Amino acid sequence: MSSLTLNVNGRSVTADVPDRTLLVECIREALGLTGTHVGCDTSQCGACVVLVDGRSVKSCSMFAWEADGAEVTTIEGLASDGSLHPMQQAFKEHHGLQCGFCTPGMVLSAVDLATHHADASESEVREWLEGNLCRCTGYQNIVKAVLVGAEAMEAGA
Amino acid sequence: MQDFTFRRPASLADAVEALRSIPGGKLLAGGQSLIPVMKLDLAAPATLVPVAGLGELRGIRLEGSELVIGAGMTHREVGESAEVAGAIPALAALAGAIGDPQVRNRGTLGGSVAHNDPAADYPAALLALDATVVTDRREVSAADFLGSMFETALADDEVITAVRFRVPEAAAYAKFPNPASKYAIVGVMVARSPGGVRVAVTGAAPGAFRHEGMERALAADFSASSLDGVPVDAEELLSDPQASAEYRAHLVGVMARRAVEACG
Ligand SMILES: Cc1cc2nc3c(=O)[nH]c(=O)nc-3n(C[C@H](O)[C@H](O)[C@H](O)COP(=O)(O)OP(=O)(O)OC[C@H]3O[C@@H](n4cnc5c(N)ncnc54)[C@H](O)[C@@H]3O)c2cc1C
Ligand code: FES
Ligand code: FES
Repeated sequence: MSSLTLNVNGRSVTADVPDRTLLVECIREALGLTGTHVGCDTSQCGACVVLVDGRSVKSCSMFAWEADGAEVTTIEGLASDGSLHPMQQAFKEHHGLQCGFCTPGMVLSAVDLATHHADASESEVREWLEGNLCRCTGYQNIVKAVLVGAEAMEAGA
Repeated sequence: MQDFTFRRPASLADAVEALRSIPGGKLLAGGQSLIPVMKLDLAAPATLVPVAGLGELRGIRLEGSELVIGAGMTHREVGESAEVAGAIPALAALAGAIGDPQVRNRGTLGGSVAHNDPAADYPAALLALDATVVTDRREVSAADFLGSMFETALADDEVITAVRFRVPEAAAYAKFPNPASKYAIVGVMVARSPGGVRVAVTGAAPGAFRHEGMERALAADFSASSLDGVPVDAEELLSDPQASAEYRAHLVGVMARRAVEACG
């Protein structure tokens, strides 16, 4: 067991969890933030992607204690004051989701890309989303949304 | 997954000490190979010793004719490094095409080299770039370090701190990836240096290897067409549901030609 202190979505939280607890289990079960999904649990699908210190990671492939002291951003932490984050807004406007299961991971992966490469091209976006699988959309509208969302993030920065 | 504890080392020496004193201790770097293996209970360490963040394992620098990359550097850091892109662009491209961005944000050079997956990309670079693996206690040539699949010369209490890559005149890596994981079904790195030409193959066999027939042909005439007629023996190659040994042998030739052409 370890007592961890994480900064989740701008709020300092503590969790007492066994050392084998994955970051995603800590987020969903100990902290009750169920917007982060588990699609595969085998490091392939990207449904569990969150940001740790601004970088996208698969939270099913990291132990919770590895994020001790880190800044963790989940999908619940993107909107502020009741208005959607520009990347969420772009997914909504451009129909970047159908069932929505892959969406939290897609959006956070896209935020990592847009934060570090605001001017990514369409093919760079497609390559970047390599680790995020979607069973519904066929990706076209996701890619469109990421391009628009990145532009909106840049304009708002 | 079995329960375990972890011990965060204060230094490289402390990490080695932890491995020596704790039964069932094991290093953890990016966890992108070890955590999936632990989920399958194929490894059940009693104590994990996380090392990727140690200062002694960080950094990228040019030392004379060698590019030295810390074992704790992530694939993303290597892929985006201006030093790597300047000295050995093929190595930056190789690191930038491992898995996906989230794997690259966590996975490290040291972890990949220690794991020595037969389909991993870095082993081809280690052999083609005449690399030296640096550990807490010694320096070992890549050829002596890399064994057959998942085997290396590492002792149980040994920590890789860096890899020294020889900077070539020209090099390129061509990979035929598994479309889902991006692991190499076949990957070939070709490097041309004043000392000669090296052709290193990963993914095709139980361990990465150099193809001497191709090296001889390219030393005489560095062109893709000089590889025409150089045989690739399927005998020792892997056959699995992704690709037969014969198909892999064919791909070794195709990837080698692509890499030679990309060397310009
Ligand atoms: C979805 C997916 C796709 C992938 N695709 C590719 C790909 O296309 N190409 C590719 O090459 N790889 C691929 N990988 C593997 C990835 O590159 C891993 O990051 C790498 O194999 C292991 O590095 P790590 O830092 O994560 O090590 P860990 O998983 O933390 O450790 C692996 C092993 O190395 C040991 N170890 C770690 N650091 C050291 C050290 N400094 N000294 C001694 N021993 C050490 C550990 O004890 C463990 O046994 C993929 C992985 C996933 C999950
Ligand atoms: S649940 Fe983490 S990658 Fe699928
Ligand atoms: S919207 Fe259903 S999986 Fe992507």
